[in-house]
Amino acid sequence: MSLRVLVACKRVVDFAVKPRVNATQTAVDTKTVKHSMNPFDEIAVEEAVKLKEAKQAASIVAVSCGPAKCQEVLRTALAMGADSAVHVECEDDGNGLLQPLAVAKLLQKTAEKEKADLIILGKQAIDDDASQTGQMLAGLLKWPQATFASKVEILESGKKVQVTREIDGGMETVSAPLPAVITADLRLNEPRYATLPNIMKAKKKPLSKLTPADLGVDIKPRIETLKVAEPPVRQGGRIVESVDELVTLLKKDGVV
Amino acid sequence: SSLVVVEHKDGQIAPSTLNALSAAAKLGGTVHALVAGSTSDAVADQVAKLAPISKVLVASDAAYDHGVAENNASLIAAAQKAGNYSHIVAAHSAFGKNVLPRAAALLDVAQVSDVTGVESADTFTRPFYAGNAIATVKSNDAVKLLTVRPTAFPPASTQDAAAAKEAAPDAEKTGTTQWIKEEVVKSDRPDLGNARVVVSGGRALKSGDNFKILYNLADKLGGTVGASRAAVDAGYVDNSLQIGQTGKVVAPELYIAVGISGAIQHVAGMKESKVIVAINKDGEAPIFQLADYGLVGDLFKIVPELTEKIKA
Repeated sequence: MSLRVLVACKRVVDFAVKPRVNATQTAVDTKTVKHSMNPFDEIAVEEAVKLKEAKQAASIVAVSCGPAKCQEVLRTALAMGADSAVHVECEDDGNGLLQPLAVAKLLQKTAEKEKADLIILGKQAIDDDASQTGQMLAGLLKWPQATFASKVEILESGKKVQVTREIDGGMETVSAPLPAVITADLRLNEPRYATLPNIMKAKKKPLSKLTPADLGVDIKPRIETLKVAEPPVRQGGRIVESVDELVTLLKKDGVV
Repeated sequence: SSLVVVEHKDGQIAPSTLNALSAAAKLGGTVHALVAGSTSDAVADQVAKLAPISKVLVASDAAYDHGVAENNASLIAAAQKAGNYSHIVAAHSAFGKNVLPRAAALLDVAQVSDVTGVESADTFTRPFYAGNAIATVKSNDAVKLLTVRPTAFPPASTQDAAAAKEAAPDAEKTGTTQWIKEEVVKSDRPDLGNARVVVSGGRALKSGDNFKILYNLADKLGGTVGASRAAVDAGYVDNSLQIGQTGKVVAPELYIAVGISGAIQHVAGMKESKVIVAINKDGEAPIFQLADYGLVGDLFKIVPELTEKIKA
């Protein structure tokens, strides 16, 4: 099968880091904290690699849009099994400078350039929590979309894809002709760890660089961030000694 | 003027659409509703009775069933072009998240996701970084597409006079996606998003069978059951019960977290609850820092005792 798969990977503040709002209330501090690949994008890469291992995909291109350090997540994708990588270099501060619509346009042009048949993205980035890019990309390409995927099957020798999607209250199954866009949900798979030999090999895999200008895309933000504030803090921490005391307090609060 | 995209299933309006209507009311101007699908006529009659809707656009066509994104997004874009709306609003539900960004791309405008506050017609608040920061954002696009967090807005009330119905504009049905089947978890309990009480279990429940003690407590309280990611991943309960950054966001009157440590990602989905109770054997668990009342001990003893004593 000759499917060319494109996977989009975002570099985000690591999921285990507790984000802090800066003193001037203009942004979340992203300068000195650990970053890694967005967890949903790891799932997207893993799915692409599995399709290749099952001989249902011929090649995998990983793409990331953002500052120079995005090359680190691209190297991770290459170590997991992607064949080549494209870095679209542009500014991103993790606070809404580079927005989903702009990324969707950059990915659209990259997908056209790379002649992708299937694009897999994460369902959302854990920094902006937007959950938009895959859907926007599908709209721009006028391709079918299958979002929040928990199972992906390639059917009819690569002409069709069948996807189980997580919806409110359960799951649904849809099928769509390729080319198509899929966004990965948590349950799609368990991403592999890159092994040391594969990390070494990944350093030799091709990584090309592009700019928004090369792709003819205007990435100017449409949405302005006026302020970033800490959420209200809850006054928790009261430990009660017994179930009786708990029931009394809940009755007093009028919730039971 | 605003257009609210109505989500419905089996002839019933999704409760989250009622919350989206209240958000739309805050934008100022008239509010229209868009109802699409093969049962849209019947649903439109219910929708017409909701405040503050002044007109219901009806697209009666099976092409819009099951929320297929391609057809629904092109219908929204066509409705926008015909009605020249300043805002298009949907709930930040699986349906809204799937369809609205695609419509935004067709209209070449940005979208503000998971809006929790409307400051003015162009300025909104929304959480990001799993709710660890709240951004105030201003949209500079001519048309503003918003998905709104249902728990942040009250449900719309009914109005005296039913709004007028009108056929929605024709839209190109580009959809090639075929809906095959669904497996929806049937339950007599209230929907997770609207339940007054949520009893939630984590990995410490140790098995799906043990969730029975949570269901007993939830039933006693007229509530329902949720879960942490760990409990879902372990296969104890269905994925659709997951509460957190990547699952459902709930804000019940009472949230009882049982055997849940309180990871950032879980807290993102429940910290707006009015009263939070934590039951955990680890006194150092982060959940105790945000719980109004914490009880340290064995959940297998505490939960049945609590169920018993609430009954009395």
